[in-house]
Amino acid sequence: MKVDFKLNQKEVNVDVDENTPLLWVIRDVLDMKGTKFGCGKAACGACTVHVDGEAVRSCSFAVKFASGKSIRTIEGLSNGEDLHPVQQAWKEEIVPQCGYCQPGFMMATAALLDKIPNPTDEDIDKNIVNICRCGTYYRMRKAIHRAAELKNEAS
Amino acid sequence: MKFRSILLMITLLTVVMVSYNFNEVAEVQLEEQSMEAFGTMMEVVMHKRCMNCHPKGDQPRQGEDSHLHYFGVQRGEDGHGIAALKCETCHQKENNLNSGVPGAPHWHLAPRSMAWEGLSRTEVASVFMNPETNGGKSPEEIEKHMTEDDLVLWAFEPGIGLDGVPREKPPVSKEEFIEAVKIWIANGAKIPSE
Ligand code: FES
Ligand code: FES
Repeated sequence: MKVDFKLNQKEVNVDVDENTPLLWVIRDVLDMKGTKFGCGKAACGACTVHVDGEAVRSCSFAVKFASGKSIRTIEGLSNGEDLHPVQQAWKEEIVPQCGYCQPGFMMATAALLDKIPNPTDEDIDKNIVNICRCGTYYRMRKAIHRAAELKNEAS
Repeated sequence: MKFRSILLMITLLTVVMVSYNFNEVAEVQLEEQSMEAFGTMMEVVMHKRCMNCHPKGDQPRQGEDSHLHYFGVQRGEDGHGIAALKCETCHQKENNLNSGVPGAPHWHLAPRSMAWEGLSRTEVASVFMNPETNGGKSPEEIEKHMTEDDLVLWAFEPGIGLDGVPREKPPVSKEEFIEAVKIWIANGAKIPSE
């Protein structure tokens, strides 16, 4: 099946089985390796991308549903050289350990801040439920609050 | 002449009594049919495939053992989840056979007023027939919802779980369920006293 969608603002067209997970299309067909595979069961969040601005776990999202939609991956989070507040905060707080889960967390956080500009700890606990095997949750929480500050300063 | 009149009267009386009896029998039969339909319908309604998304709290349940949904998933204001953790974050318009995540159009939780968890089957029926709790729906609208809504009918095609094992279906087929709902509502949607 031919599927057209926007990936990080660029029109793309793929010809694949319509039930192929969007994650595979992003990584293996479009060769964007920032989005990670962790579980393939919508359980860990490593594959989180934005679909029309909403956080979506792309391992559990058949590519046919991407038709006509705008997809954003970690590669499209920054504005050129300008880091997204989430990326900036992640750098400042030196969040990653091995780094594998981080793109998913950052995409989930960016989606959260679009809806809740000043999330409380409770908002973070309820919304950011991805899994990090290295246990970087403590630094992540600090980075989410810092990203909120940076984003609010910028706007 | 007198004998003929008496005979006519007896005949008329017999006809009236027999037809009265027929009506009574027909009514009893309808009542029985309606109660049977109620039982069939409620076998589906009370099944975990329906009940898991009609919780009494703010978290859905899931699985064959109806445990609280993993990750502390929350109902949110409109039953579609919260800011960065919506139902649609993981659930799409159809079952995903790769991930084992179930899906159907407008996947979401029933509103708080439609909480069924912990209620008996007659209490559940009262809740979904009461316009004050069912979102102002008439019996006809309830019938349409129960017999045509893709999310309701998902219960009969629930797909496979994360472990690749097919999810348990309600004990009654989709066709039997739809027929039962229609019979029960056509006969006045009477809820038995239990
Ligand atoms: S890889 Fe998609 S949620 Fe784990
Ligand atoms: S940083 Fe290693 S899994 Fe999260």
